[in-house]
Amino acid sequence: MTRTCLLALLSHWRRNPLQLFAFLAGLALATALWSGVQAINSEARASYDAAASTLGEGQFDQIVPKQGSSIQQDQFVNLRRSGWLVSPMLDARLGDVRLVGLDPVTSPSGLGAAQTLQSAPDLLAEGAEGLFANAETAALIDPSVRVTIDQGVAPGVAVGDIGVVQRLLARDDLSRLILLPEQPLRQPNLAEIAPELRIQRAQQGADVGQLTDSFHLNLTAFGLLSFAVGLFIVHSTIGLAFEQRRAMIRTLRSLGVPLRSLIILITAEMLTLAMIGAGLGIVLGYLIAAVLLPDVAATVRGLYGARISGTLELRAEWWLSGLLLAFLGTAAALASRIWQIARMPLLASVRPRAWVMATERRFRFQTLGAVALLSLSAVLALVGHGLLAGFALLGCLLIGAALALPALAERALTFLQRRTTTPIWSWFWADTRQQLPGLSLALMALLLAVSANIGVSTMVSSFRLTFVGFLDQRLAPELFLQVDTGEQGRALEDLLSVREIELLPLKSTPAQVAGRTVELYGVRVGPTYRNDWAFLDADPDAWDRVAAGEATVLNEQLARRAGFWVGDRIEVTPDLTLPIVGVVGDYGNPQGQVILSEGLFSDLYPSIYASRFGIRTEDPHQLRQEIVDKTGIPANAIIDQAAVKALSLSIFEQTFVVTSALNVLTLGVAGFAILMSLLTLADLRVPQLAPVWALGLTRRRLGWLELLRAVVLAGLVFLCALPLGLALAWVLLTIINVEAFGWRLPMYLFPVDYMLLGLYALVAALLAASWPALRLMRTPPSALLKVFANER
Amino acid sequence: MVLEFERVEKSFSDSEGNVPVLRGISFALEAGQTLALTGESGSGKSTVLHIASGLEAADAGAVRISGQDITQMDDSARAALRRGDIALVFQQFNLIPSLTVAANISFQAALAGKVDQAHIDDLVAALGLTDQMKKYPEALSGGQQQRVAIARALAARPKLMLADEPTGNLDEATAEDVLEQMLKLVAQTGAALMMVTHSPAIAARMDRQLHLRGGHLT
Repeated sequence: MTRTCLLALLSHWRRNPLQLFAFLAGLALATALWSGVQAINSEARASYDAAASTLGEGQFDQIVPKQGSSIQQDQFVNLRRSGWLVSPMLDARLGDVRLVGLDPVTSPSGLGAAQTLQSAPDLLAEGAEGLFANAETAALIDPSVRVTIDQGVAPGVAVGDIGVVQRLLARDDLSRLILLPEQPLRQPNLAEIAPELRIQRAQQGADVGQLTDSFHLNLTAFGLLSFAVGLFIVHSTIGLAFEQRRAMIRTLRSLGVPLRSLIILITAEMLTLAMIGAGLGIVLGYLIAAVLLPDVAATVRGLYGARISGTLELRAEWWLSGLLLAFLGTAAALASRIWQIARMPLLASVRPRAWVMATERRFRFQTLGAVALLSLSAVLALVGHGLLAGFALLGCLLIGAALALPALAERALTFLQRRTTTPIWSWFWADTRQQLPGLSLALMALLLAVSANIGVSTMVSSFRLTFVGFLDQRLAPELFLQVDTGEQGRALEDLLSVREIELLPLKSTPAQVAGRTVELYGVRVGPTYRNDWAFLDADPDAWDRVAAGEATVLNEQLARRAGFWVGDRIEVTPDLTLPIVGVVGDYGNPQGQVILSEGLFSDLYPSIYASRFGIRTEDPHQLRQEIVDKTGIPANAIIDQAAVKALSLSIFEQTFVVTSALNVLTLGVAGFAILMSLLTLADLRVPQLAPVWALGLTRRRLGWLELLRAVVLAGLVFLCALPLGLALAWVLLTIINVEAFGWRLPMYLFPVDYMLLGLYALVAALLAASWPALRLMRTPPSALLKVFANER
Repeated sequence: MVLEFERVEKSFSDSEGNVPVLRGISFALEAGQTLALTGESGSGKSTVLHIASGLEAADAGAVRISGQDITQMDDSARAALRRGDIALVFQQFNLIPSLTVAANISFQAALAGKVDQAHIDDLVAALGLTDQMKKYPEALSGGQQQRVAIARALAARPKLMLADEPTGNLDEATAEDVLEQMLKLVAQTGAALMMVTHSPAIAARMDRQLHLRGGHLT
């Protein structure tokens, strides 16, 4: 019985291959976008973990130089002799590879790199020039160096014994010292033995995983949105398959198939198909991730300095999550249908009831759900806090609006129908209304895709405008310069003071302010700061007070995260509390900043010299040459404004490459949803269109009207998507960005872009409708006549 | 007895409350016997048929198929009985549109695990369906579709055949033709037949006639 029954169920797909394709493709697309994004995220997280484990970043306290990046060998020896248990580390770049040298004997046991070295003592004991790296990094290292492949080493990093690395780099100094967790009870103060060094606590180090969390959360949200759009296709296809098989299911029951067996068989059939679709989706997701991974890697390297492996691994965490989500998505869509089978009155008419005939009850429920979700989103906007609340708000807003769409479209079409006097157009609007329930899922998918496009593109374009303006004010100096020693800085000052050229020295040091690791800056307040820097909020005499050493300025991310604003007082050091007189925008930077006057900074940190300078000049080329000639500062330490701007903008553009790609893919999936809905509905349309054909409308005209219907519906969707997209942009700019990155951006509107997007949506709908319309135009009269022949 | 109804009651709820349809009806049907059930629309004829097939449950009384009381059975047992011993023919044919005519005809027999290909071939030949076997139901006329439904019903050699207005959807000539063939084949297989019909002419061709009025049989 099982086999016979299963064959009957499967025969439906054999006779309706398009439906099978829609089901598998919908699920495959949904899973592909989700698992692709998850593949990227898990690859990135694995890389961060490998980096943290290999290099001890964020894991152990370290001793680092107060300025520069070099610790002399004798400083290390002094520390060891005085009882400080430290392990040396040399960390420098050799070409494209970050070389990390450490001492396997004294390194703490939790350090991944030390374990790598300890696992192959022979290599090092022989004194060979051996390094360890993953295969991808090994390919970048000079072939004359012996490299052992170890996939556990972080991407872009090669580790080796410190002696080996010092020889390779031709250096005899160290970069930092790892503080072993166990230290003697009595040891002299660090400031007495090595005043040039400071302790950097583990949590003060750049925890790349934490910094990039928001970026990956954004990707995940996009993946989830794409998955939701894909699930609309699955839901719609499963619904149609059940509706078309309603008669078959009744017949099977009346012929003696027990309800239980039928439910088990249908569930098994659907879930097996779902797994096939999800499997295809995972393969597709792998390909999408492989294509997008280099862009993501470039983005996080540009934004956060983190390196991600360029090779994608088939990690269980992402493909299993894709499989599970597809399984659950199908099960959710299936559950309501199984419930219907269980409650189906076996003896009611078995005439296939057009599934498109939505009941008023369903619309009422949907509208009630929409009102509830939209109300919840309003409440979340008013009282919600945190990134998760932000995303919950987005979810409620989008799903609520999607649920409200059919009712809104129904009203619009009723209005249009009432305004029509000619019979054909009256029929057209009535018929379009009749199609609404069958197309509603596809239209909801289109609404989500178009509004996401409007919202995200508004955010990105607003960000771009703000960022370009920000670069113009921040990159006012025509030349930027970096020095290696205090002497070079003094030589530069001497040279430029004679010429009365404005020099903007920048002193900086990491510090703990308001319980957070921030960068403390000492600036020389001059015309450039006063004229070019725009405050988000400030006292009128802000720069005067900063220059006098009486006040401080914070960047926006620190102000928002720590809950400070202009007028508050902030403890800069245990002995110094200053009023905040200004907050500046600081886009593209994850770290908090506290700005003091140059003089105050020098009082607090007398040994720190300015290592970076901005220079105002009308002739940057000549001045650059003069600086090189007269101060001995190398030419490659000087960079002009245009180069910095170009670099910043290229990082910015790179950041949103992935977002744009996902935007286009989501719109594509929505277009596919419309196509599949129209194609699967096409057969049900024949009995509806045959009478109109018989009354005198040609098949060609009916085909054109089908096209027009798709365009009208897409137009209605676009009209709803516009305010929804702008609301989405507002949430992204004023809630999500503030929570994720710490900065609030002004919202700009881009009407031309929206019109273009509307045009794309109409074209997508037109393209999606053209195949079914062509099929209708070519439907042989005999097929249309059958409708009447069977109606007896 | 193939079928026995003993003081069977059934009522339905509607907006006006509980509406009794069957008020304790009793009758029996022997093997090979044919019975016509007539009555006005809404009198409960189809309900009798549905209760007899186990598709619907009686509120009270006993319904026995070959001596087994189906009111005491669960859904699986009733389904098993339907697969093996009962055949249903509906006015709307109820063929499976995605299966060929051949697959449709052998379907119930396959479900019951008793496919007798020679018997099926005989039925197909008798009903004039030999040339239609590879087609799908949508390609057949109404009369042909009902013949396929009859072949499917008889392929599993049921003890009881229940037919609900089997010719109601057909024109007069086709209806007469289909009925003639059905009665002939039912007689050949030895099954009992209960047919719901509005037509006095069709009812007159059965061994017995029962008329349902006001929930009682006359």
